[in-house]
Amino acid sequence: MTFPGFPDATPLAGLGGGVLIGLAATIMLLGVGRIAGVSGIAARATGISKSSLPLSSAWLFLIGLPLGALVVVAISGPVNASFANPAFLAIAGLVVGIGTRLGSGCTSGHGVCGMSRLSPRSLVATATFMATGIATVAVMNAAGLKVLQ
Amino acid sequence: MIARQLSILVSGVLFGAGLTLGGMTDPARVRGFLNLFGEWDPTLAFVMGGAVLVMAVAWWFQSRLIQPLFAEGFSLPARRDLTPKLIGGSALFGIGWGVAGLCPGPGIAALVIEPVSAAIFVVAMIAGMFLTSLVERSV
Repeated sequence: MTFPGFPDATPLAGLGGGVLIGLAATIMLLGVGRIAGVSGIAARATGISKSSLPLSSAWLFLIGLPLGALVVVAISGPVNASFANPAFLAIAGLVVGIGTRLGSGCTSGHGVCGMSRLSPRSLVATATFMATGIATVAVMNAAGLKVLQ
Repeated sequence: MIARQLSILVSGVLFGAGLTLGGMTDPARVRGFLNLFGEWDPTLAFVMGGAVLVMAVAWWFQSRLIQPLFAEGFSLPARRDLTPKLIGGSALFGIGWGVAGLCPGPGIAALVIEPVSAAIFVVAMIAGMFLTSLVERSV
């Protein structure tokens, strides 16, 4: 199914993926009593942050992410993916790591779990990273920087 | 204990599957969504919308539960203060997100899709987190 006016969009797959992410976060919330925030869980797994989440639990969640990707690939075949070159990936990763620690979360913790709870911190955080993300792409496009290989 | 660990693994698998199905493991699609002033791709709005709708229902149930199903209590963020650190950090995160089209979850999930590229991003991200905690501890 396509979306009128946007030939490249895949709204049904997007919605389906979103529902799966919502169910995943629901299991985390109602089953375990926690936020499914990937940056926080990654910091916990690597010992960077101290939290009451057991290390083994943090690793189980993180290992699940690529396993889930494999399940989708196994069912629907190879997925599209074009990545930035190594230099851009390294710079972006570094900035994402610093930003998510200072900002206490990323797209999952703030964008999905916090926004749905109407947390003021998450609403402000999400509006902020959306705005700077949009601005970054706009500036890079205006400068003619082709990032993806 | 086993039920708790199993539900965490299932949550991770569903999360990774959702990210992949929704297209978030493809930086081209993510940057297409952030390209609001160019050829905009609205797909990620559907991903976000679907996830937030389901989670809004989950929060409704959460407010009626005394404790989670497989743990002794809820361990949820309670802060409501808006600080320069929150806003500055989120601004930085958005810049990194825009540069490579990857945020933490898709970066980790993509380790099986494009291993070398995803690993560069994830290792740099962990390094950034580590650096931040070093600096925070020293000030």
